[in-house]
Parts: sequence; C-alpha cells; structure tokens
Amino acid sequence: MKRLTDKELAELEGICGSDRVKWREEDRHSYSFDASFGRHLPDVVVQPLAREEVEEIVRFANRHLIPITPRGRSTSLSGGPLPVKGGIVLDLSRMDGKLKIDTDDLVAVVSPGVTTARLHREAEAHGLMYPPDPSSSSVCTIGGNIAENAGGPRGLKYGVTKDYVLGLEVVMPTGETIRTGGRTIKNVTGYDLTKLIVGSEGTLGIITEAVLRLIPKPPASETLMAVFDDIVDSGRAISSILAAGIVPAKMELMDRACMEAVEQYEPSGLPIHSDALILFELDGHPAAIAEEAEQIIRICERFRARDVRRAKDETEREELWRARKQVSPAIARIKPTKISEDICVPKSKIPEAIERLRKIRDEYKLHLVVFGHAGDGNLHPNILCDQRDKEEMRRVEQAVEAIFRTAIELGGTLSGEHGIGTMKSPFLEWELGPDGIRFMEKIKQAWDPNGIMNPGKIFPRPGQRLVLSDD
Amino acid sequence: MTESKSNLSLLAYNETLSCVRCGYCLPACPTYETMGSETDSPRGRIQLVKAAAEGKLNDLDSLAMAIDNCLGCRACETACPSGVRYGQIYESAKRLLYAERTPSFFVRFVRTCLLRTVKHKGALKLMGMLLSFMQAIRLPQAVQKVGLDRFLPAPIRTIWPALPKIPHPLALRKESRPIQPPSPGELTVLFFQGCVMDVLYRNANLDSMRLLKAAGIKVIPFQAARCCGALHAHAGDEKSARELAKHNIEALERLELNYRIDYVVNAAGGCGAMLQEYAQLLSDEPEWRERAKRFAAKCVDISYVLLDSGNQVKWRSSADSAQETVQETVTYQPSCHMTHVQKNRSAPLKLIHSVPGIRYVPMENADMCCGSAGIYNFIRYEQSMDILDRKMEALKKSGATTVIATNPGCMLQLELGLKRAHLHDKVKVVHLAEWLAQHVLDLSNRSNRSTSQFENRRNCDE
Ligand SMILES: Cc1cc2nc3c(=O)[nH]c(=O)nc-3n(C[C@H](O)[C@H](O)[C@H](O)COP(=O)(O)OP(=O)(O)OC[C@H]3O[C@@H](n4cnc5c(N)ncnc54)[C@H](O)[C@@H]3O)c2cc1C
Ligand code: SF4
Ligand code: SF4
Repeated sequence: MKRLTDKELAELEGICGSDRVKWREEDRHSYSFDASFGRHLPDVVVQPLAREEVEEIVRFANRHLIPITPRGRSTSLSGGPLPVKGGIVLDLSRMDGKLKIDTDDLVAVVSPGVTTARLHREAEAHGLMYPPDPSSSSVCTIGGNIAENAGGPRGLKYGVTKDYVLGLEVVMPTGETIRTGGRTIKNVTGYDLTKLIVGSEGTLGIITEAVLRLIPKPPASETLMAVFDDIVDSGRAISSILAAGIVPAKMELMDRACMEAVEQYEPSGLPIHSDALILFELDGHPAAIAEEAEQIIRICERFRARDVRRAKDETEREELWRARKQVSPAIARIKPTKISEDICVPKSKIPEAIERLRKIRDEYKLHLVVFGHAGDGNLHPNILCDQRDKEEMRRVEQAVEAIFRTAIELGGTLSGEHGIGTMKSPFLEWELGPDGIRFMEKIKQAWDPNGIMNPGKIFPRPGQRLVLSDD
Repeated sequence: MTESKSNLSLLAYNETLSCVRCGYCLPACPTYETMGSETDSPRGRIQLVKAAAEGKLNDLDSLAMAIDNCLGCRACETACPSGVRYGQIYESAKRLLYAERTPSFFVRFVRTCLLRTVKHKGALKLMGMLLSFMQAIRLPQAVQKVGLDRFLPAPIRTIWPALPKIPHPLALRKESRPIQPPSPGELTVLFFQGCVMDVLYRNANLDSMRLLKAAGIKVIPFQAARCCGALHAHAGDEKSARELAKHNIEALERLELNYRIDYVVNAAGGCGAMLQEYAQLLSDEPEWRERAKRFAAKCVDISYVLLDSGNQVKWRSSADSAQETVQETVTYQPSCHMTHVQKNRSAPLKLIHSVPGIRYVPMENADMCCGSAGIYNFIRYEQSMDILDRKMEALKKSGATTVIATNPGCMLQLELGLKRAHLHDKVKVVHLAEWLAQHVLDLSNRSNRSTSQFENRRNCDE
C-alpha cells in the first residue's frame, strides 16, 4: 500500500478545503471501523458536499491509484466501509443537502447522506411512505442503504431497498458521472444498471443522488403479539399464516434471550419466561386488517400460542416496536462481542432453519440468539462471545461456517440484507460457484479497471478464511 | 508530542470492548452534530480510547484532541442500548491526559483559578466578593467601553458580562440561621448548596429551602460540605475529587450523630450527579466503598423530593386556589447530568406542569447539551458557541419566554446564548426552584419579582 504524500494531501485540500480533509491520527482511527469486525486505518478521510467534489476526488484517486472507500455512517455489519487497503475514506454522511418529495410523481430525490429516518419523517409529513426500514434507520444513510440493498421488517410485504430505487446518479471509478433509470416505475431502456449498483457495496461507484419511489401511507395498521412456549411452533405458525394468504407488513421473531436482553435494557413488559415471541403488523384498509387479525389469532392458537394480544392503541403499538428495534444492540449486553449473521431461507424452511440453528448453538456451546424478519425467511442468528477468549472465537468461526452451510443447504442465501463485505467473502463460492464469481469479477474489471473502488470487498482473496479478530 | 505506550491499566479498556459500534449514539451527540466528524462522536472516542489502551496510538495528543472536544454530557450513554458506560471511558481518558500532559497556559490558568477556588470556602467567598465588587463598580462595562476587552481571551470577554448579579457576600450573612432540631417523624433533609451555585445563584438555593419548608420538610443547610468535586473529576483531577468526596461523606456522618437525615438534597443537576457518583468514584477503596454508597443513595435532586414526598400538595393548593390567569410560555432545558447520570427526567417536568396558568412548550432536542459542560465553554470556546447557537435556534422556535433550568452552568450558558442571539430582553432564564417559588409561594409579589430580574440583568448588561 502506498502512503499519500504531502503533495497529494494538498491536492485533496485544493478540492475540498482543509476542513474536510482529515488525516490526523485521531481521524484515521475514527474511520477505521464499522459495526462488524476488523480495524483498518485510512490514510485520509475526505468529506465531500457536492457531486463535483466527488468527481474530482475520484479522478484524483484513479490517477494516483489510491484506493477509495465510500462510507455512510458505518453501521454496516459486513465490513463494507472498512478501508482494508488504506487510501481514502470518502465520508458521504455530510452530503445531505437534498431531500425533495414530489407528491405528484410519488418520488423523493435525495442526497446520499440523508438518514433513512429523516426520509421516513419527511415522506410521512406528506402522507406518503418509504417502506424500507432497517432497524438502524435513525443512524444509517440512504447511500449506505442502496449500496447494501438494505431491508428491514417490512421486507415481506413491501420488498427491500432495490424495489424503491428508480434512478441513480453515480460517479464511476474513473470519474465520469452517469445517470441510471429515471423517475418512472417502468423503464426498460438499456441494461438495468440501477439494479446492478443497488447492493454493489460501494465497489462500482459512488452514489451521489437517488430517485426513490414512495407509496401512499396505508390508512390503518394493527399490531399483534403472539407468545409461544416452543420456538419451533412459532416457526410453524409463521408458515401457516403465509400459506393462508395473509401478508403482514411485518412479522418479527424474537427468542427468549433477545427478550431478556431488551427487558434488561429497558423494561417493556416482554414475556421473558416464554420461548419465542412474534410481532405482527398488519396495514391496509381497517376492515380488511381487522379480519386478518382474527385469522392470525386463530392460527397462532392452533399452534399452541400461550398468549396472543392486540395492541390497544398507538402507545402500546409503539412500545412493542420500540422493543424490537432495541434487540440488536441490547443483546450486546449479554457478552461483549457480537457476531451478527443474516441468512435468508425460503419461507417453508423457517421451522427447519430454526431447529438447525439451535443444534449449532448446542454443538458449539455458544451463546447464540435468534431474531429476525421471519416472514421473509431472513433470520439473524447472533453469537455473543468474548473476543479475548481465543478458544471461544475458534468455536464461533466454526459455528458461523455451519450457519452458512445450513442456509445454503436449505436453498437460501448467505446474506439477506447485510451484504458480503469482508465478513462473508470466504463463503461466496459456496453460493455462486467459481463461474458465478468470475463473471461478477469481469463486471468489476470493466467498471473499475484500476481496482481503486472499495478494494478487498465481496471477492475472496485466494485461500481467504474467516478470521474473527479485531486486529 | 507525548509518546503513547500501552495504557491498559489506566484506561477503562474493558468498557470499550462492550461497544458494538452500532452508531445508535451518534444522533444524540451534540459535538457529532456540530462538528460532523466521527472523530468527534462517542463511537469514535471510544475506539480511540481503545486504541490508546492497546498502545496503538503513536501520539497521545491525538487522544487529547478528541477527548477535549467531548462535553462529557453523557447523552450517548442514555442513547446506547448496549449499556456502554461512556462516562467511565471518558473519565479514564481524562485522568490519563491530566497525568501525562501539560495543557496550554490558558487551560492551566482557568483550571487553577476555578478548580482551586471552588475547593475552599474562604477562596469562594473571596471570589464572590471580588465579582460582586467588580459588578458594583461596573468594571465589565467600563472595560468594554474603553475597548480594553479585546485584550481578554474570548471566553472571558463574553462570559463575565453574562454573569448574573451577585449579591454582596456581606449582605448574605444575616440569612443563615441556627439549626432547629427536627421533631421526630418529620422528613429531614440536608440542603447541599454547592460552590459556584451558592455564589452565582444563591437565590435559587434560598428558594429551594423555602420550597422544602413549605412542603413541610425540615431543612438543614449542609454548611460543612465543600464543593462536590465534579469540576475536578471532569478535568481529570481525580485526587482532588476523591479528597472532596471523602470530606463530604465524613461531614454527613458527623451530622448523623445528632440528626436523622433522610436525604441530602441539592438543586444543581451537575453537582447532584457527582454526589451520586461518589459510589463509583470510591469503589476501589475498601475503607470508603460502603460509606460512599450510603452517601450516594441519600443524594437527590430537589424536584424528586418535592414530588416524592407528596407534601407538595401543601404548597400546591395555595397556588390552585389563587387560580392563576397570568399566561406565561415556558420551556425546560434539562441539565445533562440530571438527565443522563441521575436519570431524573420527569420530576422537574411534572412540577412545571403542576403550576396553573402556564403554557409549557417543549424545546426541540431539549436533551442535548447547551455547551456549558463544566469549564468546556472556557477551554473549547468556539465549539461550545456552535452548540449554544443551535440551542438558541431551538429556543426561539419554541416560542417560550421563560426557560427553566436546573444547574448553574446551564443557566450561565443560556444567559450568554440569549445575548448572542439578541433574545435577552425577550426570554428569561430562571432556576426551577426560583420559578416554582415565584409561582406558588410568592403569588402576591410575583410580577414585581420577575421584572426585577430583568432589571438586575440589564444593570450588568449595559
Ligand atoms: C444495530 C444494527 C441494526 C441493523 N439493522 C439492519 C436491518 O434491519 N436491515 C438491514 O438491511 N441492515 C441493517 N443493519 C446494517 C446497516 O445498517 C445497513 O447495511 C445500512 O444500509 C448501512 O448504512 P450506512 O449509511 O451505515 O453505510 P456504511 O456502513 O457506511 O456503508 C455500507 C456500504 O455502503 C457503501 N456506501 C455507503 N455510502 C455509499 C455511497 N453514497 N455510494 C456508494 N457506496 C456507498 C460502503 O462502501 C459500504 O460498502 C443494521 C446495523 C446495525 C448496527
Ligand atoms: S456506545 Fe453504544 S450506541 Fe454508541 S456505538 Fe457503542 S454500542 Fe453503539
Ligand atoms: S458525552 Fe456528550 S459530547 Fe461526549 S461523546 Fe457523549 S454525547 Fe458526545
């Protein structure tokens, strides 16, 4: 890796001004991590505010062959914004000037640094909705969501980020800007580059603006909670509800350990003595959802639910969903190190997946908890461990492999929404096969001939293995 | 440049390991908001401390840059669902830096003046006299008039004219009365007056004691107490903080030989938080651990006692019967350490709501620090003013004409903010206790009193 010279730093300062070019030791350390594993120091952090600045920075990097890693708010759980090869971290979180809602076309035009929560609020103020709702929405950016194709609890009914991106403005690794897609839902002009960029984890270019689809806010919603004494029963209930033709807006699963952790953080009356809990949200016409709610209650009771409850009012509803949002961070109280996995299996395989995860937990004697957007088969097995305990970490590495193998054997995928990044690249071949990887690499080559754009991500190095260490 | 070595033993390394770097704390952090860089975020700071502990920083000054920019407001701690105790991480870094680094002349000057003075009652009294004398001869105004103030460092130039009118210390003496022994069964509390609070906002202390008495509580001024040590602890001077803590614990124990003390009540959010943190501060000294815990458990904010004792009814009813018609639009600026350390959010609000005839308006991001933060506004003046100006925007938007606060540092900073935003003759800052006293105890002369407050301020403004 090549270090930036003073002259090169000066050139960057010429583009952005010295305030937004940061290279001091404290800055380099502060941009060395994300919410997953590993620390890698960039040489310099640059904070552009406009597309023109991004273009100049990328051209500069391409000219000098300096790696460049885009970064939103670094909530990635897969290593995406880690500058593994040093160079420039391009902090796009301050590029948040534009957030325009067009109520006639039902679109929002946004800068990449706008947080997902801000877009939610703004859309709602216009009676509209932007459905993708990652749990991290108060922190993460739209740019990061698009680059990771983020999902969330609403994925089951409303899909994920890719279903809402109509058009993008992207600065290519060679410095030109292209516009993909447009403002319409239908668009078949040329290759669908929009879809290619969504989920590309910052390896194909920098997103500098996005046109996003909004939908009218559903007139009513209902929240239900079902409590089970056996988590496998809850999985069966989920499958039956879907088979009955009900598509809840959200259907979230939490196991006992999750409930306990949330209760410890912020008591919210969760049934911590039961084995599993499902939260449902139905939305749509009031009469329709009232009937669906009745049906859900009947199905859950058939699968031996210990208790099924309907939230009485907005406050109760908010309380239940608040508890869900806290799961991921709250379980971190169990043990200091948290490994978040993100497999997705076909809906019919949910009960089997849950059962096999439990076996993995027992076999490797680990603190493994499960929660997830169960309706779409996206489960988040999380392992709580202590990175100082080397022996335990080895068991964790083995368990993670076993989790991935399970996902693939059940016809599922390594990652439902968190991306491959550095964390899952060793397993990429299991799912894509060597040819699958080779063709993806060809695309990358064509877009980024010098390999400067977020190098070291997605594609495995030869012989790369999963190593869970922070150094 | 200060060489960095592995500082595992000095820094709260294990605590840094519980941070999962989720970033949920970022939106709560005022410095992340204003400075816009991960370096100035809680998550960034925690990772820096971690790196420093592991000996991965080449230069301790880089840790200093990030830590000195932190307000220590602890909003990140409330926001963190993983339960990371940022306060411990922050204070461990402060201690290390205090021990290893020589700060700039100005920082040393402020520290010496302030930290030394507040430790000693005599010096405090002297400071009060000096300030009062300077105000009496209108020194700040005179200095300004002849243009000499431009030779002063910006923080001093702007902060001293914002000081409230300080009563002459000689005029105060008659207010202290001998203690009456309580009758059995009566709730008995010690009132902790604090150091700066008692010089700058003595009225708030006096009103607090009046309110407690009116609520039927026996009040004994805790005169043997010294400064709580918060300023020292936050600056990294742990030795002084421990010394003061032990003094105060012993002082309580001595009084308890003669009286039953139910609570040690204070009316300053920051001091109250420090008093409660004695338990943590002395947890590694076996001889003091239990005593500190006992002491800490007795320390509560006045709002809590007024609300919890149920005795407020006594003074509330008088207000109810007066059926207030005067409309006043008030908002509340919680003290960070009251909210995030004492975890006392609702008591002050409930008290405010209990007063008839007012309109309460919430302030946007009220939970965010105003930038006062101990001596932060002195040593990180520009950063502090950026934060303060945002607070003023929120205050303006709320439309309130009174902003209620619960900590001397916040009050001073808010006064300064009002001046900067040219709001000082539209909005007044008042301590919760003073405001309550005006509304429920002094119904008859209330209007006089609030105008006189404006006059007071104008006197030192011009
Ligand atoms: C507690 C917690 C809960 C989470 N819950 C969910 C969830 O429910 N659903 C979900 O899908 N994810 C979830 N995540 C993961 C994470 O929040 C998402 O992946 C999110 O989209 C990342 O956004 P970010 O702004 O933080 O981007 P970063 O983490 O900074 O970056 C993510 C990737 O995007 C790239 N990137 C960022 N901005 C741009 C840009 N403008 N142009 C090009 N590339 C860019 C980066 O290079 C990187 O590869 C969660 C994370 C945490 C910590
Ligand atoms: S301090 Fe808490 S909220 Fe902030 S990043 Fe760490 S774990 Fe998340
Ligand atoms: S204490 Fe306050 S300023 Fe410091 S990191 Fe936490 S929220 Fe930010």
